[in-house]
Amino acid sequence: MTLTVDIERHLGAFHLKAAFEAGDGITALFGRSGAGKTSVVNAIAGILRPERGRITIEGEPVFDSGRGIDVPTPRRRIGYVFQEGRLFPHLNVRQNLRYAGFFSRATPQSEFAHVVELLGLKDLLDRRPGNLSGGEKQRVAIGRALLSSPRLLLLDEPLASLDPHRKNEVLQYIELMRDEIKIPIVYVSHAVEEVVRLADTVVLVSAGEVAAIGAAEEVLGRPDLSTSAFEGGAVIDARVVEQDMQYDLATLAFDGGTLTVTNVDALIGEPVRVRIRARDVSIALERPQRISIQNVLGGRIAAVGDERSGVVDVSIGVGATILRSRITARAARQLGLAPGLAVYALVKAVSLDRRGAGTV
Amino acid sequence: MLPTAEEWEILRLSLRVAFWSVLVSLPLAIAVAHTLARSNFPGKTLFDATVHLPLVLPPVVVGYLLLLLFGRRGPIGAWLEEWFGIIFAFRWTGAALAAGIMGFPLMVRAVRLSFESIDRKLEAAASTLGAGRAGVFLTVTLPLALPGIITGVLLSFARSLGEFGATITFVSNIPGETRTLPLAIYTYTQTPAGDEAALRLSLIAVLLSLAALYVSEVLVRRAAKRVRGDDADGRH
Repeated sequence: MTLTVDIERHLGAFHLKAAFEAGDGITALFGRSGAGKTSVVNAIAGILRPERGRITIEGEPVFDSGRGIDVPTPRRRIGYVFQEGRLFPHLNVRQNLRYAGFFSRATPQSEFAHVVELLGLKDLLDRRPGNLSGGEKQRVAIGRALLSSPRLLLLDEPLASLDPHRKNEVLQYIELMRDEIKIPIVYVSHAVEEVVRLADTVVLVSAGEVAAIGAAEEVLGRPDLSTSAFEGGAVIDARVVEQDMQYDLATLAFDGGTLTVTNVDALIGEPVRVRIRARDVSIALERPQRISIQNVLGGRIAAVGDERSGVVDVSIGVGATILRSRITARAARQLGLAPGLAVYALVKAVSLDRRGAGTV
Repeated sequence: MLPTAEEWEILRLSLRVAFWSVLVSLPLAIAVAHTLARSNFPGKTLFDATVHLPLVLPPVVVGYLLLLLFGRRGPIGAWLEEWFGIIFAFRWTGAALAAGIMGFPLMVRAVRLSFESIDRKLEAAASTLGAGRAGVFLTVTLPLALPGIITGVLLSFARSLGEFGATITFVSNIPGETRTLPLAIYTYTQTPAGDEAALRLSLIAVLLSLAALYVSEVLVRRAAKRVRGDDADGRH
């Protein structure tokens, strides 16, 4: 399945001009608040009408300004999970979940049971939305969208209004859904940890335009994008090789060495993805002794970036992996950092908490 | 002190007039309120003012205009009689028409406020789930507007029960046909030794109004709770 988007629209002084393709799995629309991410998904859903352009799902155009095609929202068969859930307050959970069924978008009873079980909604069915917690509301909203037999699922900042604990709860359900139900998902977020954890493909949106597109590790690791939309860093795919219950630590193996991190919710052998922020990485020319830092990774400098307001980004090759380190320009000069120099990258274990790591 | 046969007749007539005036004007009021709440079109201000006219005009003027338009020789009245056999002049149906028109702006106002307070994002959500415009209106907009609709019905019902000026001007004061509660009370106050009868009818009017207020209060509270999304038993 592919979704293709190529649209333009003026919204006051704001000019939205987005073009990208999304395949199976989770495609994250990632960028700052106000970058135009929600406008893009609204256009896909048919809630916002672009001035010009084309949107196709599985090759079938749902919008094409050139050919005068604009399929109305109810007939696009796109599930939409909104930031605020938007459950119908006058209906109970069961009626909310079955709502699409009134409009010949019904799904078989077996699928209803499957979704209810998958999202843990069984005990909520007779409750009303007014009495649900934020996390429960979002689970119901996801279930409601899934039960409208969608070809594509849009999730617009579904965790934004939740506290950290609820966020994690709903994230786990989204991961479950991704693995169990094969519907392509477009996930809008400004939170890098959610994108790191969920996305297969990342579309970086900045000031109404697509700034970068590609695999998650690739886009999130690009140093040239670091100042515009999010803090720079490296994204590493790793695997859990050891769990230290006594100290609540996990050891992750990656292509270049091992990393010790504080408790990760993953079993030995499970793949995880960690993001190491550039400012959490220090550089030493010799292997330091008697130091609290748990991760000392030997490597070679691959590149030293340009100085920007007293700061430089240094890329360090550790095995086949590139780590980013953000240090002061003065430190770079004092150490004489240059491409090819052998160095040690130092990463505190506590800088890699569970917010930065997620199961893949 | 039970009501006499004559009093029962007056009460029955008043309720019949009020019931039909509300029933017929409700769908129209919902349509007008929805238009005013959701659409923008040239002349909207004028349309809005026209709808509210009965609220500010002297009721006698409304009654007189109805007489000119809906009398048996009036342009609309003659046409209705010729094509549909419907006669308003000096009939209880005319009283219902007058009452309906006087209560109309009150009903529109309450329903419109309710429409305006609905989160339109819920309607967008419904459309992503497959609901077309009519579907969204019937399953989301209308149920969420229920508290305002109930309030509008009560206001218009009360206005109908109390209607005097437009009614007496349009359909006169005919016992058993157009002599509703207020007209009957007025008649007794103009009759020597009619004091006691006027007082009894006034008491009936008070009880009727209290009952209507009570019923609508209960209904509105129940509907508001539903619209808020609370459980019926108030569990939190």
